[in-house]
Amino acid sequence: MTKTVTDVVCPFCGTLCDDLEVVVSDDGKQLTEVYNACVIGTEKFLHSQAKDRVTRPRLRQEDGSWKEISYDEAAEYTAQMLAKAKKPLMYGWSSTNCEAQSVGHEIAEMVGACVDNTAAVCHGPTLIAVQDIGIPSCTLGEIKNRADRILFWGCNPAHAHPRHMSRYSIYPRGFFTGKGQKSRKMIVVDPRVTDTAKLADVHLQVEQGRDYELLNAFRVALNNEWLPDVVAGIPAQKIREAADLCKSGRFGIIFFGMGVTQTLSKNHNIDEAIALTKHLNEFTKFSIMPMRGHYNVTGSGEVLGWQFGFPYSVDLSRGFARYNPGDTSTIDLLARGEVDAMFTIASDPGAHFPISCVKQIAKLPSVCIDPHQTPTTGVSKLHVPVAFAGVEVGGNAYRMDNVPIDMRKVVDPPAGMLTDEEFLIKVRDRVKQLKGAA
Amino acid sequence: MAAINLNLITGRSIQQGVAIESGKEKPSYRTACGIIELDPSDLKRLGAWKNTNVRVTSDYGNVIVKAIGTTQGPHPGIGFIPMGPWANSIVNPNTYSTGMPTFKGTPVKVEVAVNEPVMLGIELVQKQCGVKVG
Repeated sequence: MTKTVTDVVCPFCGTLCDDLEVVVSDDGKQLTEVYNACVIGTEKFLHSQAKDRVTRPRLRQEDGSWKEISYDEAAEYTAQMLAKAKKPLMYGWSSTNCEAQSVGHEIAEMVGACVDNTAAVCHGPTLIAVQDIGIPSCTLGEIKNRADRILFWGCNPAHAHPRHMSRYSIYPRGFFTGKGQKSRKMIVVDPRVTDTAKLADVHLQVEQGRDYELLNAFRVALNNEWLPDVVAGIPAQKIREAADLCKSGRFGIIFFGMGVTQTLSKNHNIDEAIALTKHLNEFTKFSIMPMRGHYNVTGSGEVLGWQFGFPYSVDLSRGFARYNPGDTSTIDLLARGEVDAMFTIASDPGAHFPISCVKQIAKLPSVCIDPHQTPTTGVSKLHVPVAFAGVEVGGNAYRMDNVPIDMRKVVDPPAGMLTDEEFLIKVRDRVKQLKGAA
Repeated sequence: MAAINLNLITGRSIQQGVAIESGKEKPSYRTACGIIELDPSDLKRLGAWKNTNVRVTSDYGNVIVKAIGTTQGPHPGIGFIPMGPWANSIVNPNTYSTGMPTFKGTPVKVEVAVNEPVMLGIELVQKQCGVKVG
């Protein structure tokens, strides 16, 4: 007989769907089916059952081959590497639970590390902009129940957050949005005709990299001031119509993604998007929300925030927390060759950093803690596979709207495997001894 | 051989999402991300059929990927490589003091390279980093 676990939380994207049903074998060791999840979430659950999964830590030998070692040996290696380094970098954190992040930060404090999460290559500019001018935001529940004007700016939820539109933003019937999709107007701003744009009432195919101008033009249109005939590739008339559509709603929301954070202007794009939101509030109620990628990158920002005061790019190397993106941020630290050890957990900089930074990682003493084999494990000296957080261990995670949700454990990890938190506790205890802390 | 200049952007695709969760060591990752999506008009300018291997070169490096027709177009003048090691071999790493590399908007040159193979993800990174593999 199998049993079905209900209300399972999906550990893939920031939407953090909490309505999955997972079928497991009677002994709780095998996961056989996943219901309600998107194709990516399903794959994440099912891949935890892969037969070719690495289940023990592996140390790279002189000849390039892997040698299997015990978790104790791996913890010793990691602790020694971090304790010896002058300025280690502890990067990742976004695909594990808040409990593990917290233990990791204890280690970082003892060894004087730079701590950074995947916002470094994701919504880092957003965090800078929020510190610059604040953010009028809301929860996804409010959007489901109230929002009748939805803007997706530089994001493509049909691909990156597959259930976002069906659970919260476009299709659900909420308290004040009883007709679902029919009670909402959808505007998409994207240089490609994305699958999200194809669903929209209005698609503004902006010239790539000219989002700042278009955001600015929206504000001009709100005031009915003069506009050039074409701004950022969009005819003025179309901008005015879109601005009027926003004004005519009762509750609007701007969701934005990598289209604005990763182009030139970066944080200034977000500054302007938030200013537009503020401006729209002179006419109606409007909110703005970043489409966070990893399921717990928001949580990493929260935990770093309450422990050190800053949401990412925290430098503890001087014994107190410093924060200065561009200086203490991962990409810049690697590009300048400023760190002397690389500790990666729950993320894949090998695949998602520019290659010049990955080359730098390959030169350093390095440890990668990840259940998968990835380009990062491919260039690291030690690979520590762990249980899948959100599948084989529960814990706390934060949704993209900063709502904390407790994840559920659905199956046991393969025998003898540790979780992120358990492994980090081993490392922390050893670092304590090495550093002579009580 | 014809070469065309494009503006390169990267980003997620749902195939990329599935591939990273099903194993980055597998060929499916290459199928999902070792590609460049080109507008039909750009393919015509390049003088190449769909599914031709091409070399994409920027100021920061070059990489071999398979040119396919766009799935989310039209977007003439823009090339799209899903996020991953292939795109990151050529993106602009400069952060201009913001902490964020300029992943979108890298000027690139695309030329046909029929006989060159598209590498697997982990292999591509290891080769560029000079990692010895046993």
